[in-house]
Order: sequence, then structure tokens, then C-alpha cells
Amino acid sequence: MSSRIESSLPVQLGRMERARVVRDGEPRLRDTHITLSHGSGGKSSHALIESLILPAFRNPLLDGVADAAVFHAGQGNGRIAMTTDSYVVSPLFFPGGDIGKLAVHGTINDLAVAGARPLALSVGLILEEGLDMEILRRVIASMAEAASSAGVPVVTGDTKVVHRGKADQLFVNTTGVGIVEDSVRLGVDTIQPGDAVLVSGYIGDHGMAVMLAREALELEANIESDSAPLHTLVAALLAAAPNTRTIKDPTRGGVATTLNEIASRARVAIAIEEESVPVRQAVRGACEILGLDPLHIANEGKLVAIVPRAESEAALAALRAHPLGRDAAVVGNVQVDPAGMVLLRTGVGGSRVLDMLVGDPLPRIC
Amino acid sequence: MSMRFVDEYRERADMVHLSAEIERLSRGRRVKLMEVCGGHTHAIYKHGIQDLLPENVELVHGPGCPVCVIPMGRIDDAMAIARTPGVIFATYGDMMRVPSSHGSLLDAKADGADVRFIYSPLDALTLARNNPTKDVVFFAVGFETTAPSTAATLLRARDEGLDNFSIFCNHVTIIPAIKAILDSPGMQLDGFIGPGHVSTIIGLSPFEFIARDFGLPIVITGFEPADILQSVVMILRQLTDGPVRVENQYARVVRPDGNRRALEILSETMMLRAFFEWRGLGFISQSALALRPEFARFDAELRFAVPNLRVTDPKACQCGEVLKGVIKPWQCKVFGAACTPETPIGSCMVSPEGACAAYYNYGRYSLMRQGDAMAAPVSIASRGPAVLT
Repeated sequence: MSSRIESSLPVQLGRMERARVVRDGEPRLRDTHITLSHGSGGKSSHALIESLILPAFRNPLLDGVADAAVFHAGQGNGRIAMTTDSYVVSPLFFPGGDIGKLAVHGTINDLAVAGARPLALSVGLILEEGLDMEILRRVIASMAEAASSAGVPVVTGDTKVVHRGKADQLFVNTTGVGIVEDSVRLGVDTIQPGDAVLVSGYIGDHGMAVMLAREALELEANIESDSAPLHTLVAALLAAAPNTRTIKDPTRGGVATTLNEIASRARVAIAIEEESVPVRQAVRGACEILGLDPLHIANEGKLVAIVPRAESEAALAALRAHPLGRDAAVVGNVQVDPAGMVLLRTGVGGSRVLDMLVGDPLPRIC
Repeated sequence: MSMRFVDEYRERADMVHLSAEIERLSRGRRVKLMEVCGGHTHAIYKHGIQDLLPENVELVHGPGCPVCVIPMGRIDDAMAIARTPGVIFATYGDMMRVPSSHGSLLDAKADGADVRFIYSPLDALTLARNNPTKDVVFFAVGFETTAPSTAATLLRARDEGLDNFSIFCNHVTIIPAIKAILDSPGMQLDGFIGPGHVSTIIGLSPFEFIARDFGLPIVITGFEPADILQSVVMILRQLTDGPVRVENQYARVVRPDGNRRALEILSETMMLRAFFEWRGLGFISQSALALRPEFARFDAELRFAVPNLRVTDPKACQCGEVLKGVIKPWQCKVFGAACTPETPIGSCMVSPEGACAAYYNYGRYSLMRQGDAMAAPVSIASRGPAVLT
């Protein structure tokens, strides 16, 4: 039996590799209906966006599929960054945050990781008939507080009401614009083997806080969402490590999905040491019980940065000197092979592939 | 700060020590061990435990993934119930993506069926209480580990007099499946890493036939990396020094007599079916549970029109061979190509406990390294038989 196995392994690997190249090159959307996995931020979302949505709007700015589009407007210095995001999190209020705060921070962060200084936000509200006014009042107050303490004003907005049952209480969309200084040059195409991979602190707090806030789980742990605006942390990082290659905020799908996107776009391998990834005890414990991986759980106040090795110490020091980056760590590095994949060295000394999230442990996390 | 009951079983120094002990005890002999339980398969891949074993010690994945062994015809039945107007179909998340002959429960949900995923059968009971005008059906799957919670739910539904709640019972029992594997021709196993969770319910004695009738060791094992390595050490010691028997590595959780109360409520509410189809293993007699006649009004198979047809697996799918440990997941022609976790053809690619999904998600890199080693002519000669776990 073993000779048969040995002769066919390379054949099977070739088959898998061809299938992978086809999938990565042109994600196929086989589904006939939208399912919840299309909203997970994982592989199904990618297939939907890349095969149905992007082709319809095709243009050079959109094709970068960054967190924000960055473009020149007129002749002046700096470029404009623009982004938009919708929020459907359930429940509306959870430890450490609520849908309003999340909507402000999330959009600021999409601008921040593009290297932009956020200038202004818009707010679009979709309200369900019958929504308790007190709930709306709390959400709006929380948005106002988040925007003002981040120093980013809400400058325009829109409100719509739909029939009872046509929305779940309240959905929020925020759009943001910002300025990217000419000196900022972020892009996955600048990533080199040997670069360091950093995360800015404990991962998985937001996703786990929301999951546990859903009473169905009946699991009690003291976990708060990490929802926070990252623009000043990004500014500190870029000042200390001006050649930072790319910055991402690992929201849906978690750090694992973000690293896979980077590895796939930059055609490099990323190797992570499980032991160096900061995870709170309570989050780890809940993950153990629920059979989830903290690396797949959403964050709303953390960033992942790829930094040249020569600047990694300065980058780490700058992150740790900022209140939002106190627990930052170097968690791995960039390698040549196997391109497009993320590998994890496990705590016990084994190794395995760290893939994107498939399916969704729990939808509507943001 | 370390986490009790987790980190103490993941110390790297202990792993190195256990790994060396396995190397010493196995003395280069080829040893093939089956981990019966899907939880072990998952843990082995999640932690990269194959990297800590010498090449001559091979782990084979067994039939203990509850999602994987449900035959396609039962998923079709589940879809039929879920699509019945007025039904809320409550299921564990894992089952949502298992393909039937026409799509999965996730597709049925997108189509308009009211499918909810839940974490415990008691959640289904809550749904029934809160939706008195709907018929709530719980999709019960799993081994003896989950069957008692279904039984407890059933008793509570009876006590509360709920009449809009029923159970689509697909509970299976592990012993007949192990026996079917031991009886199958060409079986080449040297021992078993025994199922830790199932044993907390059924205890140790049901496994005695493995040593007595087949002369093979079985060690009931926990789910942390050190548990699994220690279990391999214990099996190797039995093989070297004897006597071959049932041993309990997971004594911090598993009591020799199991959980008597759980067994009592099981026998109060459920009875053995004459036979049940297992994916890949075919029909096995007395290998699954049905509700007792006293609970007929809670039995979804009696309350709803289900097709109850046997559906053959897609031709390309070799889940059956994978479940019996006859082939490795990657040896299936569609593995990693047409069949991936996003587009599963077979059930083994769906559940995180399924051998194919675990292998695909976590094991591809070691496969690639082996492929590289084989591609180099020098190393083929020096390698000897490949270890493919």
C-alpha cells in the first residue's frame, strides 16, 4: 500500500495546487442565494465580492480592495481616502460598546489603516418601525461621544424607517473621508521576506464579547469589546517605522483571515508563533469551550502591521508606548515559501496551516 | 499566567519528553493506531501533533465524528422536515453545511425555511415555549456524549406538557462502529486511542471486547496534546510489555463506571434501533437510538412525512473509506480540489472534527513537505514508508 501512496502524493498535491490557483485567481460563486456565510468576512464573502460585485464596478481604485480607496483630488498635497461600512451587530448593546460606537470606530479604523488622518464621517440610519426611542437616543449619544473623543465630526447623514419586521431594530452605515500625506506609502506589494508581523494587543475581545452577550450561550466571562479608534496609534506607528509595509484592522474573520489576505495578495508566506500571540485568559477559555480559534475572532480596536525587520523594534516600542498598544507583540515573520499561505507553529511545537475562516461561528458580529 | 486544565497539558518540555519516550518504545516498528473520536482528530491537527511522532507511528482517523457518519438520506429527511410550513428546525451549527442530495440546511434557510442554530437541545425547548404556534423540531445527532442531554430535554418536554416540540433522533452508539471496523477485512490496526467524552457516559467495560476478542490495546484518552501523546506511550507499553487491556488515561474525567444517571435517562427515553445506516460503514445492527414508544408524540419521524430513502453518496466522494481508515483524506480524488471546506462534497469535509476538514485546514503543509521530500530522488530511498498522518 505504501508504494501506491508515495507515487500518488505528488500527483494529488498537483491537483490541489491547480484547484487552489484557480480558486484564488477567480473565486467562483456557485450559490444561488445569499446565505449567512456571504456576510462572514471569510471565503464566501470574498467569492461574492470578487465575482459578483467588483466586476460590475471595475476601476483601478476599487481593484486595490483596500479598507479605503485613496486617490488624488486636484493639485494639492496629500490624497483623499474614502471608505464606508454598515453595522448590523446583534445585540445592539454589549460589554465594552454598542452599535453606535462601533460604527464610528470601525469607519475611522478603515481610514486609519489606509494611513489616513480621518476628517469627517456621515451617518445613515435604517430604523425599524416600533423601535424604542430610548434605544435610539442611547445609540446616538454613544456615536456622538465616540466621534467627539476621536476628534472626527459627523458632517452629514440620512434616516429611513422601514416596516416592522423589515429590519432588526436598527442598522447603521457610516462613510468616512480622510487625508493621506504624500510621505505615507502603504501597500502589500512592498512586503519582503524577513519582515516582522506585529499585532497591537489582545485579540478576539470584540467577537467574544458580542457572542457572550447573546443569552443563548449562557456562558459568563468578563470580556469587553475592544472597540477603539486606531488613527493615533497608526500615526505613532508610522512615525516610528516610516517604512511600514501595510496595516490592517482584523475585524470579521479575525487575525487569521487578515493574514491570509495579506499572504495571498503579496504572494508570500507568513509564519506565526502561536505562543507569542496575545490572547486574554477569558477569551482563550471561552474559545476552548466553544471550539473556536481566537485567531478567527473579530477585533474592533486592534491592528496588524507588517514592518521591515530593521524597524520592528522601533515599531513595537511605539505601539507599546500608546495606550491602545500596550500589549503589542511581534507574532511572526514573512517568508518566501509556501507563497500565499499562513503557517502556525503551535504551542506544543507542531506546525499547521492557519486558514481563513470558513463558515461563520456566529453572524452579525459588527 | 497559565490556564488550569489547558496549559498544564500543553507544556512544550513535557511534549519533548513524551515524544522521545514514544520514539524509544516504538523502536522503529510500524505502529498504526486509530483515534476513534473526532475530537481527537481535531486536536491532533490543531496542535500539529503528527510533528511530535516518529515516522513509524501512524495515526488513523476513525468513525467518531458525529456529523460525518450521518448518511445523506437522513440529511434529506432533515431538509424535508425543515421545509415543512410552520416548522422551526433547530440544529447544531455543524449540521447546517452538510450537503444533502439537494443543497444544505444553510441553503434551505436562505430559501425561506426557518432553520435556527442552537448550542444545546434546551435552547430548542425554549424556542418551543416562545413560539407556541410553531412546530419546533430538534435535529438530534451525536454519540453517547450528546444523547443524554437530548434525553433530559425530552423528559422536560414531557413534564411541561409541550405539544409543539419534537426530536428528529439520529443518535448513534460507538461500540458497534468500532466492532464493524475490527470485523472489516484488511483491518491493520495495532491499537485504539479511545473516546474520552463517550467514556464519561458509558464507562470502560463496553470496550473490554477489543482486548479480549481482538487482542488490541485501547486507552481512553483526553483531548489535550499531552493526553494524546501519553496515550500513545501507554498503548506502546501495552504492546511491548503486555497485558493488552482497556486503560484509562483520562481518569481526571472518566470514571470506570461512567455516568449511571445519564445511562438511566437514556434507557428511559430511547431504545436501540434494529439497524441504522452509517455513512461509509453501511448498515450496522443495533448501532443507533430511537425514541421509545411512550415518547412517540415527540418523535419527528412519526409526526412529519419524511422521505426515509437511502441516498447513495456522490460517486466521487470517498468519505466511507476515510471513515474506516482505509484511505487517508488526501487520497480521495476530490480532496482539496473539488471538495474543500467551502464547497464540501462529503460530510468529512464539513465538521471541524471531520478527518478531511482537519486535514485540509491544518495538515496541508506537512503534506506539502512530504511531497517535496518525495520529489527529491535521494530522500525516497532513505525515507522508507511515508507516514501520512
